[in-house]
Amino acid sequence: MVMQIIFERVTAEYELGPIRSQLVLQSVELAIKSGTFTAVIGHTGAGKSSLLKAMNGLIVPIEGKVHIGDTIIKPGKNKRSLKMLRQKVGMVFQFPESQLFAETVEKDICFGPLNFGVPLKKAKEIARTVLEQVGLEPEILSKSPFSLSGGQKRRVAIAGILAMEPDVLVLDEPGAGLDPKGKKEILSIISALHHKRGMTTVLVTHDMDDVAMYADDVMVMEKGQIVIHDKMRKVFSDLTQLELFHLDVPEARRMQMKIEKDTGVKLPKICLTVEELADALIEVGLA
Amino acid sequence: MNKLILGRYFPGESCIHHLDPRAKLLAGFYFIFVLFLANNWQTYLLLWVFTLFVMHLSGVKFRTYLRGLRPLIWLILFTVFLQVLFTAGGEIYVDWWLVTISEFGLINGYYIFCRFVMIVFISTVVTLTTKPIDLTDGINSLLRPLALLKIPVAEVPLMLSISLRFIPTLLDETQKVMDAQRARGSEFGEGGLVRQMKTLVPVFLPLFVCSLNRAEELANVIEVRGYQANEKRSSVRQLIWQRKDTLCILLMILLTVGLILLRKEGGAH
Amino acid sequence: MKTPIVDVKNLFFRYDQRIESETLTNVSFSVDEGEWLAVVGHNGSGKSTLAQLLIGILEPQQGKISIAGEELNHSSKWEIRRQIGMVFQNPDNQFIGTTVQDDVAFSLENMNMSYEEMVLRVEYALKAVNMSSLRLHDPSRLSGGQKQRVAIAGILALKPDILILDEAFVMLDPMSRRGLLDTLEQLRETEKLTIISITHDMNEAAAADRVLVLKAGRIVQCGQPRDVFVNEDELEPPLSERLRRLLKERNREVPEMYMTEVEMVRWLCKSYSNV
Repeated sequence: MVMQIIFERVTAEYELGPIRSQLVLQSVELAIKSGTFTAVIGHTGAGKSSLLKAMNGLIVPIEGKVHIGDTIIKPGKNKRSLKMLRQKVGMVFQFPESQLFAETVEKDICFGPLNFGVPLKKAKEIARTVLEQVGLEPEILSKSPFSLSGGQKRRVAIAGILAMEPDVLVLDEPGAGLDPKGKKEILSIISALHHKRGMTTVLVTHDMDDVAMYADDVMVMEKGQIVIHDKMRKVFSDLTQLELFHLDVPEARRMQMKIEKDTGVKLPKICLTVEELADALIEVGLA
Repeated sequence: MNKLILGRYFPGESCIHHLDPRAKLLAGFYFIFVLFLANNWQTYLLLWVFTLFVMHLSGVKFRTYLRGLRPLIWLILFTVFLQVLFTAGGEIYVDWWLVTISEFGLINGYYIFCRFVMIVFISTVVTLTTKPIDLTDGINSLLRPLALLKIPVAEVPLMLSISLRFIPTLLDETQKVMDAQRARGSEFGEGGLVRQMKTLVPVFLPLFVCSLNRAEELANVIEVRGYQANEKRSSVRQLIWQRKDTLCILLMILLTVGLILLRKEGGAH
Repeated sequence: MKTPIVDVKNLFFRYDQRIESETLTNVSFSVDEGEWLAVVGHNGSGKSTLAQLLIGILEPQQGKISIAGEELNHSSKWEIRRQIGMVFQNPDNQFIGTTVQDDVAFSLENMNMSYEEMVLRVEYALKAVNMSSLRLHDPSRLSGGQKQRVAIAGILALKPDILILDEAFVMLDPMSRRGLLDTLEQLRETEKLTIISITHDMNEAAAADRVLVLKAGRIVQCGQPRDVFVNEDELEPPLSERLRRLLKERNREVPEMYMTEVEMVRWLCKSYSNV
């Protein structure tokens, strides 16, 4: 299924109350190709979460249009298209475990599908499948979600989104607050699903190692605008740009920059992982 | 709920923002009291000039005040309407069946309208320019004499300030959980009462769990940071009465004198 | 010999007497004045329980904890908490004040300190964590990293001897983590702080003098980062160590020992100039 995401001069505000309503997106133009994995980076308050919400119709633009596949969200009321949109776009919030509410894991996972009119029997089947996809045993289906460990809760919550069988998956820091191992597991599950299901995936993250590991493209946001949208490798190689927007880089790249500065030797390529760094060091004879 | 202006704080640097909350509270209450001295167009004019002047000084846009008035406007118009209908005297303009609109009725209606609007405006000035925490400190300080009457006021300030601190957090959390369930296909405010109640369970339950966890952690933090009930505490927030606060009270007295001088002798109709 | 500032002897703890397994089993260690100890381990290894025991939120079933020579118990804990502060994991749940300044002053208010003294302490503490300019901000305008800085300032204001961090970096992004780590390293120098950090952030552990590894409630290793990271397979080592291992795998001649990032770069420089 072709599921490109297009923003046409989208401006949106977020009402903080009657006094301050702040523009969170300012004529954002973007086009994300179907089936790609895009990372969104930028500082706190740059509008990353708002961008994701606009993709899910939780924020409706005051100007411009959002196209997700052939669904269009424009200013005003979009009742029918919103319902369609939310079924197609699965959104995983930051700390998604805080949305768990049902008595059992099964009921919680079925909540989404049932809301979209999937019959109960089918929903239960889906629940089993997605639970397996996030690496959990079917035994916990009958357990209370509140009795699980932090990492398990996170997986159940993500399973609840996957159960809606979305074509587009947008995630807001799915690994935040987990230990390094748990975080790695969650992200590799997402990456595997992305490839298996051919989903269009948009990931907001602060961790540049995640970006280097999983993303095809990178979008950089600042003050409600997209200032860079390019291939991942290209973004991390442009030093002036990185400096201009005070962006972080992957650990290996940072070490590379340190080595290049101290030794005065320029490595033949941009190293984003330890493996690449090791290879490059060997290649130029530094190690 | 999001539309209510009264009771919100609007950050700013105006001279009214910098007044002592006690001065603002006292002046605010006193204003409501002196309003009742007005009984002719001259006194109302003076009050209007005063109110608009204070609103201008606050540095908040006039539009914001009007927006604050909006939710209350029907209540005000209804009261004015009753006044117009049930006050007799002077020239009669309309006399049809039970409805009588007289000169005095119109004048009184207008006065009532002014009073209402000015009370709303002035209390909005106080709340818009004073941080909730300063308001609580102010109220607390004004209520301190109550401790002499053995009314327990010592634990109240911390309780109030922690509530103030966590109200925005809780609202954010509510918004977030609602968004999360909306993304899973929940529709709020749709269908019959039973259905609406049902959609609230997936919001309130997570909020409840989250608040419990928060409360537990918070209790630990408060204990570890050395809070013990019934121990004497000092406060980093000091209310300091300055010359401008005295000036503010003097201005109120001046207003009173002006009103008494301009006022029609013999009281209202 | 100097007496250690924190001395933990034969600590046993279980949350519920009916449960067979202990959360902590026979834990003993000590921390010297001015030392930085990192306590690492996976979730459920008992490391957060240990933190709560150290500050007297929980009480051990057996064993003894002494802080600066004084035994931690019901009656001494209030006094001891003036010397020991703890930063918790969730930045939001430990911010008590309605502004930065109010929050930093909270502990001082509890001590009924005079206003004049309090202002000085707050100013000093905020300066130490580079937050002076945000003194009057409310928490909603702060990032997670800034809130944790405020939490640290709230402890520094007490002029404590010991700072405990209970996974205080977990909710932060890598850039804020690095910033905070730098600040901690500075503070340790300027304030002569003893730091105990409970963590699974390997960069945080690598910054410590000593690393204590907990597994299922027992201490399995305790030593310098360079020894612990070389022996311990279950913990992901810092970047420099991963690089060293990779180079070794590819049959390069590398030193047979752990190197910090700085040491690694220096070694690369040296081996290059030798060519």
